[in-house]
Amino acid sequence: MIAKLLRLQPRHSLSTDEARSAPLAIEGLSVAYHHKPVVWDLSFVAPAQGLVAVVGPNGAGKSTFIKAALGLIPKLSGEITVYGKSVASQRHLIGYVPQRGSVDWDFPASALDVVTMGLYGKIGWLRPVRKAHRATAMGYLEQVGMADFADRQIGQLSGGQQQRVFLARALAQDAALYFMDEPFVGVDAATERAIVNVLKDLKDQGKTVICVHHDLQSAPDYFDHALILNIRPVASGPMAETFTAENLQHAYGGRLAPSELSGLIPLAGQ
Amino acid sequence: MLTELLDILSFQGGYNTSVVLLGSALLGMAGGVIGVFSLLRKRALISDAISHATLPGITLGFLVALALTGTGKSLPFLMAGATISGILGVLLVQWIKDNTRLPEDSAIGTVLSSFFGLGVVLMSYIQTLRDGSQAGLESYLLGSTASMLQSEAEMIAIFALVITLAAIIFLKEFGLVCFDPDYAASRGWSVSKLDLLMMALLLAVVVIGLKTVGLILIIALVIIPPVTARFWTDRLGLMVGISAFTGGISCFLGAGLSALTPDFPSGATIVLTATTLFLLSLFLAPRRGVLATGLQQIFFRYRISRRRALLDLGQGRPLFSPLLVLSLKREGTLDSHGHITKSGHQKIKQMMRDQDLWNQYLTDYPEEAFAQKDWSLAMISDVLSPDLINELEERLQRQQKVTV
Repeated sequence: MIAKLLRLQPRHSLSTDEARSAPLAIEGLSVAYHHKPVVWDLSFVAPAQGLVAVVGPNGAGKSTFIKAALGLIPKLSGEITVYGKSVASQRHLIGYVPQRGSVDWDFPASALDVVTMGLYGKIGWLRPVRKAHRATAMGYLEQVGMADFADRQIGQLSGGQQQRVFLARALAQDAALYFMDEPFVGVDAATERAIVNVLKDLKDQGKTVICVHHDLQSAPDYFDHALILNIRPVASGPMAETFTAENLQHAYGGRLAPSELSGLIPLAGQ
Repeated sequence: MLTELLDILSFQGGYNTSVVLLGSALLGMAGGVIGVFSLLRKRALISDAISHATLPGITLGFLVALALTGTGKSLPFLMAGATISGILGVLLVQWIKDNTRLPEDSAIGTVLSSFFGLGVVLMSYIQTLRDGSQAGLESYLLGSTASMLQSEAEMIAIFALVITLAAIIFLKEFGLVCFDPDYAASRGWSVSKLDLLMMALLLAVVVIGLKTVGLILIIALVIIPPVTARFWTDRLGLMVGISAFTGGISCFLGAGLSALTPDFPSGATIVLTATTLFLLSLFLAPRRGVLATGLQQIFFRYRISRRRALLDLGQGRPLFSPLLVLSLKREGTLDSHGHITKSGHQKIKQMMRDQDLWNQYLTDYPEEAFAQKDWSLAMISDVLSPDLINELEERLQRQQKVTV
């Protein structure tokens, strides 16, 4: 109540039809860590069926944006809806691939165990994991080319293989809206291609993927929408309109050399 | 002495002793099970804060019981006091962590020592009272099964069984929260409630274990068994099972030893038994044990030399190590005259192909290859995924065409 009264931002309302049915609609989201704003007044509507790259310099609040959208960290202000309803009531529709570095890979679990975690929601509270669940999980491991590594302890896998396991776990959820936090970091080219194929499959199935992506070079190839972020949103929309020299310069400032920019922009038109 | 011990352990040391042994074994099992989760949640040290924080509660519980019932040594009052001050200790650690810049270990250290100091002062005060019942209160420091009543042992057994069952029922949920709390929260599992439940079960084990193991040593009951179990397995379910077994057998044997020598605090005999099992695992466990790691090191050097030797043979270089020549003869790569056999040629060809693929991998993905500890040591198909190997093969073929 007090928080509501103190809120300086005017209360936003998600009234347009587009926002009401969008996979993800955000109005006026602000997040702060220790009095320092990390995401400021972000409004964003994700397209139904599409791959969205979230780009921006280090410290631009990309991961924070995803965590706030998932309701994992408290927000200062803002409204977030997923397919027109609150995040909490739509969790069964949301898949999440966290950063690879966020977990302890020495944990006593096999690749298959981790993928099976994606089915826990379906299995439900206190019910044990059964053979049928493991068989289902195995199918998702196959989908990312990791069936041969099912029984391996997760710490014995390479970085790319670990990322594929995380991806398979998210696929096992059979969600409609996916959040991925830097899935392409530190992976080999075969894994990169495997992830790209999965992204395409997801799009073809009519799903929406919102993916933090650090590589500006490949962003226009892999994604069809972009959200350019530097604490406040710089631009968002279809790739060709959004990924312009002006917008990128605006977000990255001096951190992006003009030569780098000129190398990037011809790609944006494709 | 040994026959006496065997008598006790085979439940022939009298009914009371037998119940105490059984209660202790179940307590150890409960500690082992819940300990796995606090270890994997990286909260193992919080149990030390809880146990030391119980002392003021025990002493205050004694004083309240003395005032109300005329005798201080009433188990329900002592347990209730221990629980309340244990909870206060945990809350204080949490509060310090959330509201100051102190890290958790400093918060634990501060709370642990302050509560323990307060407890010792209160205990010294109780010693000055002219009441006979305070004798034995110090057994809560180091544990004493000798003075344990049958009803106390029964209560411990029942609580331990309930705690164990609760932890096993929540195996899937606890495991998920320990491995990846952010992901669990994104799926709608209430991480804070599951954490609270884990903490409550941990607190319960500490409180019912005070009498048997004593508050100074009870941390061992929730740390040593899971650490021991981790040496033997890479699977969570098995780790819980092995940890429960280790905890159970340690408490059973430790309490038995203590029954034989009532002057030894049972906490000490239990911890030493657990430590023995830990040391055995540390040295003897397959794969993760010290001995196995040493053997792996020797085997690993042999594997490198053998790979090197096969590649040398493939390039027509001579072998200088007589030991290696001998072992290649024994495996049939070389015949008795030192010439390469038919199957030997096959092996050499295979090894050279493998090395080419590894070299290609190093060229294409230097960062990945450096991070890969198996680089060029194991056969590539055991380490990399099939699609990546296909890709390396294609590139290798293209390059070989260019050079031809």
